[in-house]
Amino acid sequence: MAEANLVHSAEAGTRVEYELQLYYWMKLIRGFEERVSRLHRQNKILGGVYSGAGQEGLVAGICAPLQQGDVVLPLHRDLGVFLMRGVDPGVLMAQLMGKDGGLSRGKDSFLHGGDLSRGVFGSTSMLGSSLPVAAGAALKFQIKKEKNIAVAFFGEGAASRGDVHEAMNFAGVRKLPVVFVCENNRYAYSTPLEKQMAIDDVADRAAAYGFKGYVCSGNDLLAVLDVAEPVLARTREGGGPALIECKTYRYHGHSEHDPALYRSKEELLKWESRDPIQRFEFYLEKRGEDVKRLREQTDEKVKAILQRAVEFAENSPWPEVNSVFDQLYASPSPAMLDGRRS
Amino acid sequence: MEVTYLKAINDALREEMGRDENVFVMGEDVAELGGAFKVTEGLLEAFGSDRVIDTPISESLIVGAGIGAAMLGMRPVVEMQFADFISCAFDQIVNMAATLRFRHGGRASCPMVIRGPSGAGIHGAIFHSQNPEAWFTRVPGLKVVAPSTPYDAKGLLKSAIRDDDPVLYFEHKRLYRSVKEDIPEGDFTVPIGAAEVKHEGRDLSIITYGGTVQQSIDAARIVEKADGVSIEVLDLRTLLPLDREAILASVKKTGKVLIVHEDRLTGGIGGEIGALIAEHAFEYLDGPVTRLAMADTHNAFSPPLEEAILPNTNKIVEAIKRLASY
Repeated sequence: MAEANLVHSAEAGTRVEYELQLYYWMKLIRGFEERVSRLHRQNKILGGVYSGAGQEGLVAGICAPLQQGDVVLPLHRDLGVFLMRGVDPGVLMAQLMGKDGGLSRGKDSFLHGGDLSRGVFGSTSMLGSSLPVAAGAALKFQIKKEKNIAVAFFGEGAASRGDVHEAMNFAGVRKLPVVFVCENNRYAYSTPLEKQMAIDDVADRAAAYGFKGYVCSGNDLLAVLDVAEPVLARTREGGGPALIECKTYRYHGHSEHDPALYRSKEELLKWESRDPIQRFEFYLEKRGEDVKRLREQTDEKVKAILQRAVEFAENSPWPEVNSVFDQLYASPSPAMLDGRRS
Repeated sequence: MEVTYLKAINDALREEMGRDENVFVMGEDVAELGGAFKVTEGLLEAFGSDRVIDTPISESLIVGAGIGAAMLGMRPVVEMQFADFISCAFDQIVNMAATLRFRHGGRASCPMVIRGPSGAGIHGAIFHSQNPEAWFTRVPGLKVVAPSTPYDAKGLLKSAIRDDDPVLYFEHKRLYRSVKEDIPEGDFTVPIGAAEVKHEGRDLSIITYGGTVQQSIDAARIVEKADGVSIEVLDLRTLLPLDREAILASVKKTGKVLIVHEDRLTGGIGGEIGALIAEHAFEYLDGPVTRLAMADTHNAFSPPLEEAILPNTNKIVEAIKRLASY
């Protein structure tokens, strides 16, 4: 796709252009999410589908200040990270469909594949396990005295896992260039916040690791940028780790199989009224943009990109059956080849 | 030059760190203290605190951070202070590291070594004596090695560090200072995936690795001297991938197989080897495939208990005699 990585144009352009680009990214991510849900209903995307609809503001705001060479470890709801780092929408769609043209070449589902050439590390379903890996990426930057940072996303659900503690503690001890981003969407599958922790803000825990924690509205792109831009810059300059907690909400259930009956309609309505895209449109309108026209133009652009992405994915072949033994090792030994039996 | 098993490991680390500046060491007490067994002694002084890193007690972090650094081209050698503690890092090893290349469609590597002292016989009790290798030998994406001599310890560690996939390197702590060997100075490697006949014989094969290799050789000599039975000892050296060719070649030559390991009997690699032989060399067998391994219990502490459950030279002698007379 022709869409350039945000990083380059953001540095070159004005603030106004930068904000318009972020509007475009949120719209593309939302459009992509909606298309994925539709394809799932049509049985064209199988397995677990985890919609991030409603969380686009925090993804856009955290990814905006990233630079070339930075490493980012997205969550299962963060397909926007892949898009903003420049992964081809068609390749991403092929990934979700299990096609050979996807990042995993059909070997894993959804967002477990990554693209190291764009600094995107694939995750596992053991949520929180990416944080030690992020600390290790940051350790490499520190050892090699490179000015890059690692950014790891985790949910408030995963905040209860030991890996999160181990990673944050080590990052604090070594003052690693890593930023931990908590997407607090209030539910670990069905379990509400108050059954997960006895505090209100995950960010409070940062103090226990010797660095600062910040809380912002993840549904307000400007609020996320207000925190992310200086915090990521400070970490990049050797200021050590930080924790940014973005309060947000997922419109869909845990996965597309989950009708989320454990939440009230009123609660969903309340959060839908804080939609990150509509809120940003309101800002752009106040700033003097012709939002109606902008929205129409953007919708058209997004529609065309998604159309091409779906076409690419649908035309991508299924993986060859024998390829299930490929890519287990860099170079399989004869003994390993012997093991290719069912 | 005569070196201990422990010195051979230290030399391999030192030489590889000198050879490749992306190699670094990380773990609990590995820097200032030089490790609980002094395996990493002197490395901090030689390579500095950026490349010899003490960590908090956080095994999952140690492995996970190794993975993150390895994905960016570093070659971390991370230490589990005791191999028993590897269970705390299980998820990072089997889910994060082992699946990494596969998940990324072949476009990511994890060139990392996870090493640590395993094995019983030093009164370590339940949590400082375990042989955890079989938790991992069924996980594609990993390699697992377990050297029995100073030569193999050095050569296999060098191969593991240079390998582009995650390698679990289990060193038997009872061998650290009890085994010495004349080995060449400087650089040499031992290939991963290759077993070696450590003692040639014709009538019966012992297939073993790690801490029970020398015991098996000692037992073979005793029986050979007393009964005139000729015994072959095959040292697996690598447990994943298994050197199937070497195993089957030895079985076809002798017709009788005794599998010996210090890991527990049930679910140990011996079961897999037995099945392999039954499938591919059944018609060559002159007796039942026999296993001698740690009993199906925990690594008990009290000396008579530990003695009772572990293989040793005398028990191997008895097992050879029973199988030889079949």
